[in-house]
Amino acid sequence: MSIRERLSGNEAAAIAMKQINPDVVAAFPITPSTEIPQYFSTFVSNGVVDTEFVAVESEHSAMSACVGAEAAGSRAMTATSANGLSYMWEMIYIASSMRLPIVMSLVNRAVSGPINIHNDHSDAMGVRDAGWVMLFSENNQEAYDNLVMAHRIAENEKVLLPLMVCQDGFITSHSIENIELIEDDKVKEFVGKYNPKHYLLNDKEKIAMGPLDLQPYLFEHKRQQAQAMANAKDVILEVSKDFEKMTGRKYGLFEEYKLEDAEIAIVCMNSTAGTTKYVVDELRNKGIKAGLLKIRVFRPFPAKEIAEALSGLKAIAVLDKSDSLNAVGGPLFTDVTSAMYVNKVIVPTVNYIYGIGGRDTKADDIEKVYMDLQKIAETGNVDNPYRYMGLRG
Amino acid sequence: MQDLIEIRWHGRGGQGAKTASLLLADAAFNTGKYIQGFPEYGPERMGAPITAYNRISSNPITIHSNIYEPDYVVVVDDTLLQAVDVTAGLKPTGAIVINTTKDKETISKMLNGYTGKIYTIDARKVSMETLGKYFPNTPMLAAIVKVSGIMTDEELLNDMKGSFKHKFAKKPEVIEGNMKALELALKSVQ
Repeated sequence: MSIRERLSGNEAAAIAMKQINPDVVAAFPITPSTEIPQYFSTFVSNGVVDTEFVAVESEHSAMSACVGAEAAGSRAMTATSANGLSYMWEMIYIASSMRLPIVMSLVNRAVSGPINIHNDHSDAMGVRDAGWVMLFSENNQEAYDNLVMAHRIAENEKVLLPLMVCQDGFITSHSIENIELIEDDKVKEFVGKYNPKHYLLNDKEKIAMGPLDLQPYLFEHKRQQAQAMANAKDVILEVSKDFEKMTGRKYGLFEEYKLEDAEIAIVCMNSTAGTTKYVVDELRNKGIKAGLLKIRVFRPFPAKEIAEALSGLKAIAVLDKSDSLNAVGGPLFTDVTSAMYVNKVIVPTVNYIYGIGGRDTKADDIEKVYMDLQKIAETGNVDNPYRYMGLRG
Repeated sequence: MQDLIEIRWHGRGGQGAKTASLLLADAAFNTGKYIQGFPEYGPERMGAPITAYNRISSNPITIHSNIYEPDYVVVVDDTLLQAVDVTAGLKPTGAIVINTTKDKETISKMLNGYTGKIYTIDARKVSMETLGKYFPNTPMLAAIVKVSGIMTDEELLNDMKGSFKHKFAKKPEVIEGNMKALELALKSVQ
């Protein structure tokens, strides 16, 4: 039997970490993820986990400590947000290129500047090409579930890549909501013991990690990283299937909400998907065939599957909670439309930049997008595809 | 009772409106409901106006925006009536609960033509009589439960006994006072 609880997203992430009981946690506090290492350090002090907690002096050191710990052969986790992730930037790439399955809880927040502590996805989008598996979570439940699944995915021999679990800062990280927790022993069994094949503290196999890698090999190593990312897709599905057997909660690469017979649909990530579900239900009551595709796995990007799921629609809106500032559109829009083009799915598609710096995303805003989509579906006329939702003036 | 109930709290930083919203979420959770309890984070400073929210339903809640058309509004400090449009979007079928010593007629004139039900409670008096100090959040929690009927008085009292034991584990001497504050507030809201 699962445990009925009410927790904030940050509490949920900290509880998942407690149940995982990693060998090392290294973190530096930053709003809105501060509570995760804060709660976790209490678990350490109270002896409910036997993790080595490294209270570092910066995020660069947090990721460095995780790199060192994983290279040594231990399981390492961290949590951060926004500028904390920016400060990790150098080590983010080192972690993935050294093929270290570190797991991070990223509580999404706007990257400065001007300085802002609220939610958008500019932090995550800044590392979308860094070689990390990236999972997004609609609510506290998904942030928790994704973390429970994270190590099994990242540590799989075919993957060996670091993984980040994203959730929306404040909107879910600081909101108390219902959640179903899994019993400690079940999580322990599900996550399993970490048995790395190659690691520094193995006296039977002398290896070097992170050495100079010049023209003869770096290209091939990058190719291997790319292959690992491609492999991650099937591994995520396998692990999700096992997770479903344990909990009854089904996870795929993305969630299709009333998409099967939909004529118009929104593609988005994290908490906005929940608000969109609410709007879809309202529109369905009025006989409007609205649907939603909620991205869970953003890296690897399930291009073919997304294109296929969107192929029957008459109009699509992709919502981006960060702007690429490229005069074309946001990162999710670019990925989705590219996936559609390559897979020969031609449906009128528009982009809305929204929620920047914590601008609240109202159900009314989302409803207006669906109204726009109805017009596009009728006329086939996209006009300007690069739009804004909830922008004043 | 309608399925989704939305509540907006107005208070000043330091008065415990956020804590009250989380306690209400807790209490409703314990009666088997789906709940949300979340503050609107701004630049938090002692005395500045703050907003917190609750959603309570028998079904899972997926919406993740602030609340713009609440069923109920709780005002923890009546000096906010001049500073904040507390009835903005408030449904006329709902109600507003205000911590004040003023009578309803005077309050009514301060609510921008709001036509719904108005409830008042002197949370300072309740708090001073039961706790000896001014903590308005416990009386206001009881007041909104009474007005909204989210749960019975007994359910609230039974549940809060447990919550206070947990919350005040390090200062058990205040538990009794807080329980009395709830009981007196349930009787005082009008």
